[in-house]
Amino acid sequence: MSDKMSLKQAVQKSLQVFKSFLLMMFGILLLINLINLFVRDYYSEIFTGNLLLDPLVGALAGSFSFGMPITSYILGGELLSEGISLLAITSFILTWTTVGMVMLPLEMSFLGKRFALVRNGINFIFSILISILVIFTLNVL
Amino acid sequence: MSKRRPKMNNQLKFLLAIIFLYLIVALLDIGIVENALINFLIMSLKIVPVLCLVFIIMVLIELYFTKKRVGKYLGSKSGIKGWFYAIISGILISGPAYTLYPLLGELKKNGMKNSLLAVVLYNRNVKIPFLPAMVYYFGLNFTIILSLYIIIFSIFNGKIVELLASKRG
Repeated sequence: MSDKMSLKQAVQKSLQVFKSFLLMMFGILLLINLINLFVRDYYSEIFTGNLLLDPLVGALAGSFSFGMPITSYILGGELLSEGISLLAITSFILTWTTVGMVMLPLEMSFLGKRFALVRNGINFIFSILISILVIFTLNVL
Repeated sequence: MSKRRPKMNNQLKFLLAIIFLYLIVALLDIGIVENALINFLIMSLKIVPVLCLVFIIMVLIELYFTKKRVGKYLGSKSGIKGWFYAIISGILISGPAYTLYPLLGELKKNGMKNSLLAVVLYNRNVKIPFLPAMVYYFGLNFTIILSLYIIIFSIFNGKIVELLASKRG
């Protein structure tokens, strides 16, 4: 049996994914615009520009969030314009997709408990490491 | 006789919960809600062209990179090429991670190594359809550098996961 899709099927499947993504994205955009009005004055206290603390906080926030990667880019982009460091946002973007605390039970059930715990743990550490390396590389170039 | 109502999806529930939150805040201070909605509209209008591009790329990937086809190249006998295919699959395969778990679970049962599973999942961070959005927000240099680091670190990731997760099964 061929698994090749027709253009119509591909459009329909993409529309289905896109529809749920748009609902989630609009919900998140509405939420951050509301929260921003209350917390924008405190960002400078949470994100101090510290090389280790900023990505750690970003990575923690991303680990407990989930959704399509583009949502994290949009959210990260808006937070960047609020003055949050790119270091924190990079680790946030990374853990958004690679560390899934919410989806952990599901991952354990399909791929094994040990695999899921090890993978998520390493991804968390890597997100901090990569975010530092990315900022370092950007500064060098 | 009880009629079964159509189940509301989680995304819609989330959006409705946020709208409800707006209503509560509006009762307390309508000015805050007005400001938040204006910012929301400006933000949404800015990303419309990016979303159109994202949709077109998603359709192309659905057409040419089906899960079945990807699965074919990641089996237990994939060898060194398996690493390459794992990276490419992680980048090209679409949908949220939880939709991939059943497929990857099946592949694992059929002999796919933990390392390749980890590589596929890690490279989901490099999503071609969403790269225009990343470039828009963070710039081309950032997007290229981050994507390269993700691909390089996915190999380390696979090796470490293989080492740690495969001990005592």
